[in-house]
Amino acid sequence: MFGAFIMSKIYDLIIIGAGPAGITASVYAARKEMDFIVLTMDIGGQTAWSGDIENYLGYQFITGTELTSKFEEHIKKYNVEVKEAEEVIEISKNGDDVLVRTDSSEYRARSLIVASGKQSKPLGVPGEEEYRNKGVAYCATCDAPLFAGKTVAVIGGGNSALEAALQLIKIAKHIYLINITPELGGDTIIRDKVAASDNVTIMNNSQVKEIFGSTFVEGIKIETEKKEETLSLEGVFVEIGLKPNTAFKSDLEKNEQGEIVVNCNNETNTPGIFAAGDVTNVLEKQIIIAAGEGAKATLSAFRYISKIK
Amino acid sequence: MKNVKVYSTSTCPFCLKVKQFLKDNNIDFEDIDVAVNQEKVEEMVQKTGQMGVPVLDIEGEIIVGFDKDKITAALGL
Repeated sequence: MFGAFIMSKIYDLIIIGAGPAGITASVYAARKEMDFIVLTMDIGGQTAWSGDIENYLGYQFITGTELTSKFEEHIKKYNVEVKEAEEVIEISKNGDDVLVRTDSSEYRARSLIVASGKQSKPLGVPGEEEYRNKGVAYCATCDAPLFAGKTVAVIGGGNSALEAALQLIKIAKHIYLINITPELGGDTIIRDKVAASDNVTIMNNSQVKEIFGSTFVEGIKIETEKKEETLSLEGVFVEIGLKPNTAFKSDLEKNEQGEIVVNCNNETNTPGIFAAGDVTNVLEKQIIIAAGEGAKATLSAFRYISKIK
Repeated sequence: MKNVKVYSTSTCPFCLKVKQFLKDNNIDFEDIDVAVNQEKVEEMVQKTGQMGVPVLDIEGEIIVGFDKDKITAALGL
């Protein structure tokens, strides 16, 4: 009965995600007095996990946690209906209506904005899933303090891997930086800082083959230029980049990276469905860009439903 | 009032959420920052068999992560 009741309601707009794109989209939708709902796994998205932010306008310096609180405060002002911890399973269309099925309910609307963001990419090696939270970690900002005085590996060679290494340098006993390419990427400033530390071993051309242990992680097997080697350590920080949150079923066009393809008005290949932020093929992934894209997406959705109403 | 302990670090977003949730519901709790208190890391790992924060200990009932439903049930809210 309850499900049937929900299905009978048709929102103007559904917003999936509550990172900077989704939250900005919400603020714009509230100010347009649209009847809408936000479905999200969490509030803040990647911003909540960010360290120091110095390029979001209006704040010369703010932490990711503080900026997320500011975002939350902002939408609270508008009494936005937010459903947290709901995972989207399928997006489809029925005539002009957009249907969104989640793990616990179904929703119908005239338009939809997908702003579901990105998440850490897994390594995809044996032992990774088994030892998740048992030595395998994906957030150095959160979990680095748990590895004080221990030997750890950071997997990756870009900025996020270098930043993780930098946080661990002060805490851990020794850090192996396992990088699959011939040279580290990332910004020179941070790369030099990592390279200058005496408790870091940089291993280029190296690939993780397996994570092993008993109750907790005890080591990793790596391959460097076809030579296999075992490193004894207690922590593995996976920092090999991000993947878009587009595992739900849909007919949306995606690029090779799995990002939703949008045009400059945030329109997808499906009328009435828009996308914004890191989940899209917009090249630059920045908080301020995601926020701007979220605003654009709502204005496009508003224009769209004004035409079909 | 139930005895509530929160094992956390100052930088993890879900730790902050757990603590905010408890405060919003007027629940007193002992805040254990495992980043500054190393022997508490061992205590937490022994209790839970894992290394992720936050961990709640509500009168011996262990909850890993910000699981609103479980926390609500354990506190009888």
